[in-house]
Order: sequence, then C-alpha cells, then structure tokens
Amino acid sequence: MDLFSLSDLALDPCSLSKTVCDRAAGGYVSFEGWVRDHHENRAVDHLEYEAYPALCLNAGTGIVQEAIERYRLRRARAVHRTGTLAIGEIAVWVGVSTDHRQEAFDACEWIIDRIKHELPIWKKEFYPDGTSVWVRCQACANHPVAA
Amino acid sequence: MTIELHWFSILREQRGKDREIVEFEGGSAGDLYRRLAILHAFALPVPSLRVAVNDAFAEWHTPLSDGDRVVYIAPVGGG
Repeated sequence: MDLFSLSDLALDPCSLSKTVCDRAAGGYVSFEGWVRDHHENRAVDHLEYEAYPALCLNAGTGIVQEAIERYRLRRARAVHRTGTLAIGEIAVWVGVSTDHRQEAFDACEWIIDRIKHELPIWKKEFYPDGTSVWVRCQACANHPVAA
Repeated sequence: MTIELHWFSILREQRGKDREIVEFEGGSAGDLYRRLAILHAFALPVPSLRVAVNDAFAEWHTPLSDGDRVVYIAPVGGG
C-alpha cells in the first residue's frame, strides 16, 4: 500500500478506509477535502488539479511516514486527486488509525496541513463566466520579478 | 551545460510548453530562474517560488550540474 498517491479517478472513501484498518487500533480518523461551489464570495463551477508527480510522491510519502513515527500510528494513508473535479467531489483523502483517538485527530490534521502547504499540487478554479484562475498564484503574479 | 526544465501550472501556461532543454553557462538554480524570468517575462517573483532539482526540493543557491532536471514551483494550492 502506498503511503501517498495521486489519482486521476474519483476517490472512494469506504474502500480507502479499509486500507488503514488494524486490529491493534482503537480509533480511526479521516479527512475528506471537498470541492466547494464558492471561494472568496465568488461562485466556482469546477476545479482542475495539476501535480508534479515525482516530487509529490517523494515528499508526500515522507510526510505520511513522518506522521506514523511522530504520532505512533498503526497505519496511515493519503491520496490527492488530479484532473478535472466537479463540485462535491473529494479532492484529497487522509486516513489514520492509532491506539488512542487524540493521536489520530492530531495526526490527520498534521498530515493535511503539510499536504496543502508543501506538496507541488496546483488548483485552478473555473468560474461560471468562463474565466479561470490558478489559486494562490494570481496575487504573486501582479508583482514584478525580484532581481 | 544543458538543463532539463519541466513546467507546471501557471508557469507552464506562461512558457507555453511543459518541458524543454536549455543551454546554461553555469550557476545556481536562482541564476537560471532570473535569466528565464527576463527572457520569458515571468511575473512570479523569486520569493513566491520554490525550486526542485532532480525531483527533490532544493535551495536557490544550489549549483546546477550538466543534465540536471529543474522545476520552478509556483505557489501551491492542494487540498
């Protein structure tokens, strides 16, 4: 089982949850990131996610492995979507199992925070008027290149 | 030396291609980006970017070697 993977197909949380089952675990926590229909007061029609696969797999596996050691998890796994996603689809799934619940909550939050902030995955929002924007890139692009 | 560049997201769109081989006289990953930014009028400033060399995060001052694969990483937005 890959600790971290990318998928261009819809994620099935029921199937994914079974991959972190462990008889020694007393708790399981998962997080599903969903595609919402708005962002910063603007209606969103759909999203596209683009990833740098080789670095995502290296760094994503490192994040989940570090979480396993840091929070003494029994099992953990994370999957991120790529491609075109409709409103309501699951963009990212994280699941962890551990002996006690607090470590499971903490580890799940730690993993999703690291994934969002570190992995080379980009989100493009498409709006009902036909325009689109790379999220988090637009504000930076309004400034000139530093010498 | 030659450097293999891979482009993703907003930089891929601005460059108009997803990969290319470029000649480089030598220097750091930052030196190469500054040269490319002027050449292609990239709007993203260095402080907003990260760089990867051979599929691992690297520092801007990392010296490049012949045949290296370099990716400039625009602000990410996963999740």
